[in-house]
Amino acid sequence: MHFEYSVEGGNFSTAGVASSQFKKVLNQLNIAPDIIKRIVIALYEAEVNIVAHANSGTIHIDIMLDKVQVVLEDEGPGIPDISKAMEAGFSTASPKVREMGFGAGMGLQNINNNVDRLLITSEVGKGTRLEFDVKLKTV
Amino acid sequence: MVQDNFYHALKIDAELCIGCSHCMMVCPTEAIRIQNGKAKLYENRCVDCGECYKACPVKAIYIHQDDFERIRSFKHKIALVPAIFHGQFNPSVKRTQVFTALKACGFDQVIEVEQGSGILLEQMKNYLVSHADIRPLISSFCPAIIRLIQVKFPSLVDHIIRLKPPLDITSLYCRKKLTDQGCNPAEVGVFYITPCAAKIAAIKSPVGEEYSMITGVINMDLIFNKVMKKLGEGKLDNEQDKHEPRLELMNWSLTRGEAGRIPGTCLAIDEIHNVIEFLERVESGKVTNVDFLELRACDESCAGGVLISNNRFLVAEKLRKDAELQECGSPDTEIDAYKDYLMRRIGIDKIHPRSMMKFDENLSEAMMKMEKARLIMDALPLADCSACGAPSCQALANDIVMEDKSIKQCIFIQRKRELTGEMTPEESLDLMKEIWGNDKFINR
Repeated sequence: MHFEYSVEGGNFSTAGVASSQFKKVLNQLNIAPDIIKRIVIALYEAEVNIVAHANSGTIHIDIMLDKVQVVLEDEGPGIPDISKAMEAGFSTASPKVREMGFGAGMGLQNINNNVDRLLITSEVGKGTRLEFDVKLKTV
Repeated sequence: MVQDNFYHALKIDAELCIGCSHCMMVCPTEAIRIQNGKAKLYENRCVDCGECYKACPVKAIYIHQDDFERIRSFKHKIALVPAIFHGQFNPSVKRTQVFTALKACGFDQVIEVEQGSGILLEQMKNYLVSHADIRPLISSFCPAIIRLIQVKFPSLVDHIIRLKPPLDITSLYCRKKLTDQGCNPAEVGVFYITPCAAKIAAIKSPVGEEYSMITGVINMDLIFNKVMKKLGEGKLDNEQDKHEPRLELMNWSLTRGEAGRIPGTCLAIDEIHNVIEFLERVESGKVTNVDFLELRACDESCAGGVLISNNRFLVAEKLRKDAELQECGSPDTEIDAYKDYLMRRIGIDKIHPRSMMKFDENLSEAMMKMEKARLIMDALPLADCSACGAPSCQALANDIVMEDKSIKQCIFIQRKRELTGEMTPEESLDLMKEIWGNDKFINR
């Protein structure tokens, strides 16, 4: 099953709409509560990243029998050093963004902690592509 | 999870029900449909919040209670009364008078539910420290909220603090005390005076407990009338001066009764739609840095219980005043002698989700049904007119997939099909009669 959401950069008041909507889908599909929690946390963090840093983005989610695959693509500044961005506490968020309770520099870490596979590719000045999987059954 | 049929205190009287759909429109879990001109309850979705009870214009929804006369079959008759009970009386009526009047109604002992709150508060503080990995933690106080989380927010069940609410701690205490005094446990009847339907349901089919310590439940409006009558007879003056120890934490059941006493970032949210709105945020991972949530289904918490006779704002204010006045008296410390005993028994079992959201247990089946519901939604008008007997187009779509309903119940679909000749006006009318009953199609 395929789901698609678009994300508006810079609009913090609607940040998290996709994760809220997708959470309902996961509940309806009777996915185990702990798995739902992991997917939703990762999705929300990734969604907020687009809002905080990019101009716009899209989320593509595929639910398969064994996993949920999420691809977030944005048009934005890109990440110059991905491994540095993965470090806990590293943040490029402006003070204004931090004041709103975002940009603590835990986003990518938090995503990484909640997913089974994470792949980030980025081109400076163009945008970032973030792909992650969460397995639905423990093998 | 097992879809047990849970006990519900809220019942619909089909004789009185006029099929007006007011209850269906206010139900926060979409547990009501209209069929054959009557409201029908999907029991597994109902959380006993009482919204339908408040909305019913003909009092067709009632709250099942135990027969009051049943107290007489016990040698020791204990009334467990929440402090909110005396909040309903005129400010000139003293707490001691209310106690005396309750005894005059047939009880040997009157014990306030909030007695157990002190021990609970201490344990809740410890729990917040020992469960630092789960945030926010949610109070187990309101049974309607526990059920709401089980059916609508299954991924949050682990956030519920697994400690007994004050009612269960206090009833455990009463029973232990009486047994220690030599009473035969079988002869002890503990009756809870309830302000709401959810508490009854929690006692009849407890969540996270094997069985309840409470013998029976009596609706607060019934006892209120009995006590008013006794007070009116005015024969209680001689006992008025009797000293009653101060009740600490008597405002526990009011909004902020818990949140105001727990260290950290604590929110108190009352009224079930407010609670749902906030839990949506929590479940979507948007709430961080909140330690504790006090969630109550009723507006103004228990002061707004459906069985409270007085206005909720006045009740809350009276109780707040009472709590302030009480500060000077000496506290009741009798329960402290049983602290160790109660502390050992304060935990409750794991609370299981029983989601009403899921299309199917099996993932591929659930995906198929969801896809089907999506396609049906494309055909529905999204007007949420509820002429189909379901509260929204989405509810009808889900019912078609899950409950064997037909898309022909939709009045918009009927019109379209009449135009193309796929349905006759007679067929449409018959379908409408099946939903709303024949009576609504007769000229009055």
